[in-house]
Amino acid sequence: MKRKFHGGIHPAEEKNTKDIPIRQAREPKKVVLPLQQHTGVPCQPLVKVGDEVKVGQKIGDVNALISAPVHSSVSGKVVAIEPYLHPTGSIVSSVIIESDEKNTLSEEIKPRANLENISLEEIKKIIREAGIVGLGGAAFPTHVKLSPPKEKKIDTLILNGAECEPYLTADYRLMVERTEEIISGMKLLMKALSVERGIIGIEDNKPEAIKTVGKAISEGNSLKVVSLRTKYPQGSEKHLIKSILNREVPSGGLPLDVGVVVNNVGTAYAVYEAVVKGLPLIKRVVTVSGNGVKEPQNLEVKIGTLFQDLISQCGGFDGKIEKIIMGGPLMGIAQYTTEVPVVKGTTGILVLRDSGVIQSRPCIRCGRCIDVCPVYLMPTMYALLVEHKKWEDAEKYNILDCIECGCCAYICPSRIPLVHYIKYGKTELLMKRTQKR
Amino acid sequence: MEEKFILSVSPHLKTKEDVPRVMLDVIIALIPASLAAVYFFRWYALRTILVCLIFAPLAEWVSEKIMKRKNTIDDLSAVVTGLLLALTLPPTLPPWIAAIGVIVAIVLGKAFFGGLGWNPFNPALVGRAVLVACWPVEMTTWIKPVTSRVLQAVTTATPLNIVKEKLVEEILPTHLELFLGNRAGSLGETSVLALLIGGIYLLYRRQITWHIPLSYLGVVALSSFLLKIDVLFQLFTGGLILGAFFMATDYVTSPLTRKGQIIFGLLCGLMTMLIRLKGGFPEGVCYSILIVNMLTPTIDKLTVPKKFGARSRMFTNK
Repeated sequence: MKRKFHGGIHPAEEKNTKDIPIRQAREPKKVVLPLQQHTGVPCQPLVKVGDEVKVGQKIGDVNALISAPVHSSVSGKVVAIEPYLHPTGSIVSSVIIESDEKNTLSEEIKPRANLENISLEEIKKIIREAGIVGLGGAAFPTHVKLSPPKEKKIDTLILNGAECEPYLTADYRLMVERTEEIISGMKLLMKALSVERGIIGIEDNKPEAIKTVGKAISEGNSLKVVSLRTKYPQGSEKHLIKSILNREVPSGGLPLDVGVVVNNVGTAYAVYEAVVKGLPLIKRVVTVSGNGVKEPQNLEVKIGTLFQDLISQCGGFDGKIEKIIMGGPLMGIAQYTTEVPVVKGTTGILVLRDSGVIQSRPCIRCGRCIDVCPVYLMPTMYALLVEHKKWEDAEKYNILDCIECGCCAYICPSRIPLVHYIKYGKTELLMKRTQKR
Repeated sequence: MEEKFILSVSPHLKTKEDVPRVMLDVIIALIPASLAAVYFFRWYALRTILVCLIFAPLAEWVSEKIMKRKNTIDDLSAVVTGLLLALTLPPTLPPWIAAIGVIVAIVLGKAFFGGLGWNPFNPALVGRAVLVACWPVEMTTWIKPVTSRVLQAVTTATPLNIVKEKLVEEILPTHLELFLGNRAGSLGETSVLALLIGGIYLLYRRQITWHIPLSYLGVVALSSFLLKIDVLFQLFTGGLILGAFFMATDYVTSPLTRKGQIIFGLLCGLMTMLIRLKGGFPEGVCYSILIVNMLTPTIDKLTVPKKFGARSRMFTNK
């Protein structure tokens, strides 16, 4: 029997690109590299306007624990360092580089032949210097996850291959096409954490990936593939741990509170690239899909490439487009323009003809939002309480525990934008908290 | 590229199932019972159902016009209320009384509280309760179905009446007659079979869950069994099946959580048995649901689920 978590939804999967192999995207003529592509402290630029840079050269860094450096993904000239629209909606200081299209590699990049005697400190240092962050979308610096406080004993590394959002197939293609690399990266992560047990969780709508990965690890028995029920949000860190290990991360806590570190399969691939090939994080796989794009693809893209370059490589718009989303349709972020760059956390670009914005009706108290909430919350209460600015009451109903997965708003027959209310309520509460300090 | 796209908070995907579809399913589920009503009570059933179906949306439309609110008859909830009320009325009730009932249900039962979603009581039952208070004779005058073994259009007593008032001259219908609906009673409550078909449709479409009907019927069955009275008779008579599947399950007036719904169903069942056996009325479904409706906010407060990560034993390393 497959272990499961409470709630969740199963929308149409729409994984139209699952059988399309990863293709290299065209070399961008210009890249926009925001100096903050991670959760944490923004980087300071290490280059000036007019500087010549090479592929893989570090162009931004900062001396702070929770941060990740930024590298140039092309060789060419820095033409500007200025505030630029980031796909998360804020304006972020960004380094804009015009490519010379020569792709000259930085001298610092050296492959490593011997993996046997590499120390865990070395692995962590390489990961930090390579600017690796969680590639599943959250973009939390990976080296921080690998350095848990001493009192937290970690016993398991979980690799997240759930990819539970509709449309997205980037992780799936990686698992099928670059299996060995992912497993090698996983072993490096396990070594950095000194854990014996490594588990890859994959939803059972990806049998090909379960088979391929399963075959590749069959020789070593400290690694295991777990087939997970296809249910959104299976890929949520806390729910993945619940499904695989039946451990429940305490409210307000982190996976390391239950002895687990979770990394995305894409992150494991990036770790392999960094440690074995010496390549910092300058490219990633992005699914470009949706009913508004002519030829959906899985593209391996240089970080900093503009959305519009990728959409035109996929045959351009098909019909009248209402919405562009970075990420999946359930947690992705809507964009008002396609002139935003791919960042480290860009899992996909969706081009949709239908905005999904519908007039809402009053709540009929059907309770479906409660049924589907994987955190056991009462989302309909938040709409009511936030609308009347009852912030403290919303807090009593645990609004801050919401993971914003969007199941409630998806299922709501009254089309109430519940996540909108919840984000608003959370922001107000957190602002009040900082004011008190 | 100067094109601008729509911004909104995630999720960008929504299920197709919306409020009108939910209401449409309830209407579909009531079709077998409505057909049974027409079959058993012919013209009486047809005229009452039609009057209610016309006056319910009309009352909603007019009241929203007067109160300067957005027109919401397209959500179909008024049609549901009208149809439900019609099915709880006695066949020979004059149509004008039925019309008043439906207007009371929509205006007093729903619109005055703020419209769909805000009413504390089931609107159809509010309509019925008001009619019982204002026209007690008309609301308790029953006829035998035209398919009955006895002459048609003769006033008679409902099976629960016969038992309550120990009317020796009346013949009690058999269990099979009760199941099929060949007995005196309100229009839509007589045929258990037709109501069950509708109830199963709602369960299949997941518009309702088992929690309220099962706990409600379960308590009635269990308490009848313990009190050594005829279990099937208690289940098949009165408005119990109609109430358990279509009235008590009303989203707006029942608790939000499944746990709360079980408590709600149990209380409805207890209240129904109490009224049937100890109260002044032979039947208690309408009033028990209305009374337990009052407890819904309290039940909601008492059944707030424990959040993820609050229930866990803290993980310990061995």
